[in-house]
Amino acid sequence: MREKQIDKLKDYKYGFTTDIENIRAPKGLNKEVIEFISKAKKEPKWMLDWRMKAFERLKNLKEPNWQKPKYPKIDYQDIYYYSAPKSASEKPKTIDELDPKLLETYKKLGIPLQEQQRLNGIAVDAVFDSVSVATTFKDKLNEVGVIFCSISEAIQKHPELVKKYIGSVIPLTDHYFATLNSAVFTDGSFVYIPPGVRCPMELSTYFRINASQTGQFERTLIIADKGSYVSYLEGCTAPMRDENQLHAANVELIALDDAEIKYSTVQNWYPGDEEGKGGIYNFVTKRGLCKGINSKISWTQVETGSAITWKYPSCILQGDNSVGEFYSIAITNNYQKADTGTKMIHLGKNTKSKIISKGISAGFSDMTYRGLVDISSKAKNSTNYTQCDSLLMGNKCGAHTVPYIKNKNPESNIAHEATTSKISEEQLHYCQQRGLNPEEAVGLIVNGFCKEVLQQLPMEFAVEAQKLVGISLEGSVG
Amino acid sequence: MLKIKNLKADIENKSILNNFNLEIKPGEVHAIMGPNGSGKSTLSNILSGKKGYDVSGEILFENKNIFELETEERAHKGIFLAFQYPLEIPGVNTNIFLKTSLNAIRKARGEKELDAIEFLKLVKLKARELKFDEDKLNRQLNVGFSGGEKKKNEILQMSILNPKLSILDETDSGLDIDALKIVADGVNSLRKNDNSFLIITHYQRLLDYIKPDYVHVLMNGKIIKSGGPELALELEKKGYENFN
Ligand SMILES: Nc1ncnc2c1ncn2[C@@H]1O[C@H](COP(=O)(O)OP(=O)(O)OP(=O)(O)O)[C@@H](O)[C@H]1O
Ligand SMILES: [Mg+2]
Repeated sequence: MREKQIDKLKDYKYGFTTDIENIRAPKGLNKEVIEFISKAKKEPKWMLDWRMKAFERLKNLKEPNWQKPKYPKIDYQDIYYYSAPKSASEKPKTIDELDPKLLETYKKLGIPLQEQQRLNGIAVDAVFDSVSVATTFKDKLNEVGVIFCSISEAIQKHPELVKKYIGSVIPLTDHYFATLNSAVFTDGSFVYIPPGVRCPMELSTYFRINASQTGQFERTLIIADKGSYVSYLEGCTAPMRDENQLHAANVELIALDDAEIKYSTVQNWYPGDEEGKGGIYNFVTKRGLCKGINSKISWTQVETGSAITWKYPSCILQGDNSVGEFYSIAITNNYQKADTGTKMIHLGKNTKSKIISKGISAGFSDMTYRGLVDISSKAKNSTNYTQCDSLLMGNKCGAHTVPYIKNKNPESNIAHEATTSKISEEQLHYCQQRGLNPEEAVGLIVNGFCKEVLQQLPMEFAVEAQKLVGISLEGSVG
Repeated sequence: MLKIKNLKADIENKSILNNFNLEIKPGEVHAIMGPNGSGKSTLSNILSGKKGYDVSGEILFENKNIFELETEERAHKGIFLAFQYPLEIPGVNTNIFLKTSLNAIRKARGEKELDAIEFLKLVKLKARELKFDEDKLNRQLNVGFSGGEKKKNEILQMSILNPKLSILDETDSGLDIDALKIVADGVNSLRKNDNSFLIITHYQRLLDYIKPDYVHVLMNGKIIKSGGPELALELEKKGYENFN
């Protein structure tokens, strides 16, 4: 009987490039380039000094190599650290003055920026290579005291907040990629929710890599003051290229007393082709600090793109009664690799954490869940629940679960469950007998497998994410 | 409706079916009986389009050769198989599965897909007819279902999809007496001039409730004897060993 041929990855519909004139810093990593970046962003001196401190520390740090996915040596002198559309060098005052090419790009990505076409109830910060080109609904958010702007703008306009919190969760010296980011970060979003305010809309940032041979060094900082709430979502895409490009981000979240931050990611960077050529290296440090009592930070991630995904969005549960959650779907197909999971550091009393991880691997890909649950001796009466499920498609892919558990408090409790399953030929045949084609069948089964995590996404994005889950696995059945 | 000519099927160089012939006309109910391992499920799998067999011969459905069609394409044409061992699909809600299935088939036929409300109305009606516990429809497909509940779920799906040819592979095995009657009623209510049934069973009892037009005995890879309902009674008395 006939074998179905599926055009692999034909559905990476974000693989286009925008032809636009750029301003770039010279290639390479050195003092001059860092000065260039800082100057381009009109930063105050303290910021440049901070960057330089990071750069000094970087010289003594080595790239970590304990992760499962190995990659060819990155030549850090052969990367552009700053690239911005020329037209964005003076950020236009209104979005309608924005370069039509940029407007068109975001429209194509499904994120219309113009007033009349905007997504309802979602404020967007659009980051294009090294700069934020537009932020929507700023004024409306301002009315309730919510600050939502690019980090570059925040450094100029809200230096006291940035100074206080930047590097407070991810120290300057944390590890190689985090320190590199601190030296050369370009843009990302800044959010401040004042005390008692429930942010009236979803905030989101859309990261786009466009220029070739360029790294993107995102820096995002979110502060939820006492008793406030915010839900934030980031999305990411990049053109299809033969080269590997680096996206090394630092994201810091701070939740004060009784505050809650819900942070969701739909990561769809270009994954490389079906032979594993090209694609983004997504090496990201994301950490949230539940600083106040009764605070809560919840990470939800849908990781479908990138050649290599390497990240552990974490929670430091410092405040008593604070709660950390991590919900993850990671999908690898073809030659993609992922080493992802979370760290839950329990410091305060009665702290709770929950980890739900769903890994799906297909093709020749390789997936590792790596997680740390650390309950300190002071974290009395704390609990963690971890559930870690892997689904394999075919027999050429790999799935690994590496849980690290440290419990120094006898009154605290850790529960860990893990399963590995496979989509069987029989299940596929059953679905096909009921009229579904193999892709639909896989989509249905996989969406069922990750339902618990998909449900955590803001409603506006859940449907998109569900589709993405199906598309990412195209070509994995035949 | 269905014409099978000279069907030969091997698995791993072992011959399962050989020179198998069968014709089912619209509106007819055929029963196949045969000892364990005689190839009954193999036959239903091959009719459904399952891969992994070495097959030759001809399978005509509504006068068209369906040999080259994928499983789902056969389902779109109206072939339904109630599995001997229905599969469990963790995480997939039974209702959602049913709706996805019905709409996939309707779409392939160029019919309008049902929205959530229309679908729920239909599924409720059918579930009630079959005395199928509606709560189960909100559970994961077949996960934690008892053996009998899984079989009833197959019949529920059959009645919702309303196929032209329904193949029931030992649907009666594992059903209690009441459930057997309900399932038989379900089949009987679908019986029309233009749809047909192929019922695989080990027990004559089912055929008391669903009166077949023909009974076939499958042994050594082919039908060795065909007759009316009385053949099932004879078989029950004699057993396969003394049957010829
Ligand atoms: N995948 C397979 N690999 C090897 N042998 C198989 C396979 N599937 C079926 N067989 C063999 O083919 C023969 C027919 O099996 P089949 O399941 O069709 O029997 P059956 O008539 O349905 O039996 P039962 O009444 O027990 O359900 C058996 O001997 C069985 O072991
Ligand atoms: Mg059988």
